[in-house]
Amino acid sequence: MEKGNRTTADPVIKVEGLTVRYGDNTVLDGVDFEVYPGEIFVIMGGSGCGKSTLLKHVIGIETPAEGKIRINGTDTALLDDSELRKLHMGIGMLFQSSALFGSMTIGENVALPLTEFTALPTKDITSIVRMKLGMVELAGYDNHYPAELSGGMKKRAGIARAMAMEPAMLFLDEPSAGLDPVTSAELDLLIRKLNEGTGTTMVIVTHELETIFNISHRIIMLDRDAKGIIAEGDPRVLRTSSQDARVTDFFNRRVTKKKHEGMTT
Amino acid sequence: MPDITKHHIETADDGVVTLSLSGRMDLERFGELTPLIGTIFDSYTPSRLNVDMAGIDYIDSSGALFVVKLEDEARARSVAFTLSGLSREKMGILSLIDREALAKPSLAPRERRLNLIEQLGNASIIAVKDMYDIVSFGGELIYELGHSVTHLRKVRWGDVVTYMKKVGVDGLPIVGLISFLLGLIMAFMSSLQLKQFGANVYVASLVAVAMVRELGPIMTAIIVAGRSGSAFAAEIGTMRVNEEVDALATMGFSPMRFLSIPKVIASLVTVPVLTVFASIFAIMGGLIVGVVGLNLTIFTYIQQTMKAISIFDIVSGLVKSFVFAAAISAVGCQRGFKVRGGAEAVGNATTSAVVTSIFLIIVIDSTFAIILHYIHWA
Repeated sequence: MEKGNRTTADPVIKVEGLTVRYGDNTVLDGVDFEVYPGEIFVIMGGSGCGKSTLLKHVIGIETPAEGKIRINGTDTALLDDSELRKLHMGIGMLFQSSALFGSMTIGENVALPLTEFTALPTKDITSIVRMKLGMVELAGYDNHYPAELSGGMKKRAGIARAMAMEPAMLFLDEPSAGLDPVTSAELDLLIRKLNEGTGTTMVIVTHELETIFNISHRIIMLDRDAKGIIAEGDPRVLRTSSQDARVTDFFNRRVTKKKHEGMTT
Repeated sequence: MPDITKHHIETADDGVVTLSLSGRMDLERFGELTPLIGTIFDSYTPSRLNVDMAGIDYIDSSGALFVVKLEDEARARSVAFTLSGLSREKMGILSLIDREALAKPSLAPRERRLNLIEQLGNASIIAVKDMYDIVSFGGELIYELGHSVTHLRKVRWGDVVTYMKKVGVDGLPIVGLISFLLGLIMAFMSSLQLKQFGANVYVASLVAVAMVRELGPIMTAIIVAGRSGSAFAAEIGTMRVNEEVDALATMGFSPMRFLSIPKVIASLVTVPVLTVFASIFAIMGGLIVGVVGLNLTIFTYIQQTMKAISIFDIVSGLVKSFVFAAAISAVGCQRGFKVRGGAEAVGNATTSAVVTSIFLIIVIDSTFAIILHYIHWA
């Protein structure tokens, strides 16, 4: 596995020897990586390589077969349900489908964690909601329902909700999936702007090369056959200098001979 | 790192007020910070406000929002405002706040609460439209059923068998249990009265006639509406949300033929059979009360049951259950096809399917009662 540049600060996420199995099928085998404060860290790889599975384990939705996941130095496996809920309150998550609650307006969606987990008066919550919607360029859409928004707007509303509790870490699962290139690029800019403005650590799962080159500071590349990481570092460097054909093929959108043959037979 | 936001207010003779902030300015402290705005402007009435944030260790967007609100208030009161002491890094958070967004009115007005008359009018319009939709769907369904009868090979018989199992075989235990207990209760309650007149044997007649003519078809239909009508609505509704129904249409299938016909045929076959079982189980429940509580013999009870019910009762009960089956399956499918939106719409469709089915069951039963009365005496 190739490794690139890393910062010297203590990692906010540390994954050690993570192994994920579904029955006899091993999806990830001994995955190790670290995420540092304030960086945009991308988990990338081809379809079915376990990107989303890895993300679900990192945020504690699923339990690994083996290995440790430390968030801010705490081993998530040692947390009970209430401690895990507290941990979840400190992180934000944008799901692939945005997962906005269809029965609530956009404003209510963003306000939900604030009304549930803080004692702020309604007036303050309203101003925070307006500020968050302004941050994601959705000012004025507080009374709209998710069904009335476009795909890109839903993603931005999802980010506003994920950032409502001022999380130190934001996880984004395929943020540009299903979006046109312009909307996707706008979303990339927004993610970058939020990262620079708030200093929030962002972990993004994607296979969109544009997004990877536009916003990531560091990536790990997963491979289905290797069941783990095959490259780690700055994607711009890896694209040109990687010695691993799987890495350069992915970055340069080349179909490998083996895969091509497999498709035609 | 201090855990709270500390503030210190200093006033000068020329009306210049300096607010010095230190510690953390974050979401958790936002509620404590906002009252400061009123305090500063109302109690100190500054001619100039200097905000010194050199002591701030951490600021998030909520903390930045407080600073922006402070500045906006100063502007609104024509008070000069200066901000100092924030590092360039921490200033970045302030640049994220869109001041226009804070004051921008909602593009869609909040839904107005309707008054009682408006609600009544709205409900009436919805009810009429709903009835129109059901009749229209019923017409289409009859057409498709006719098409299926003339094109038997095109019917998805595999699906029909699957739904027959789901509606009939899987529903039998609960239909059987409820009917058995119903027969037991009916026999027990009536025996208390009939015993006084020495008319114990008529308990058998009462249970048999009530179940075969009325309660058997109605109870079975209500259980099927709750179990299967709701399942039909949820299944088709979820398929609508996932665009599977649209996919069928674009592939050249008739979604109605593909999805509704197997469910309707399966219901038309299994509900009358379930009704027969319901009557048998109820008679068995009555039999237990008759034999154990009223000292009737099994033979006497069965003989009295056979004497009480006629072929007309059995046929009318089965015809009724056939019509109930058509109504339940049609309403379930129609509600499913009407789903627009997401999970909530699927839930609404499911509830609506059950409520409408039960309402129709009662309406159909009342209609049958009148029709059968005239047929019987004609």
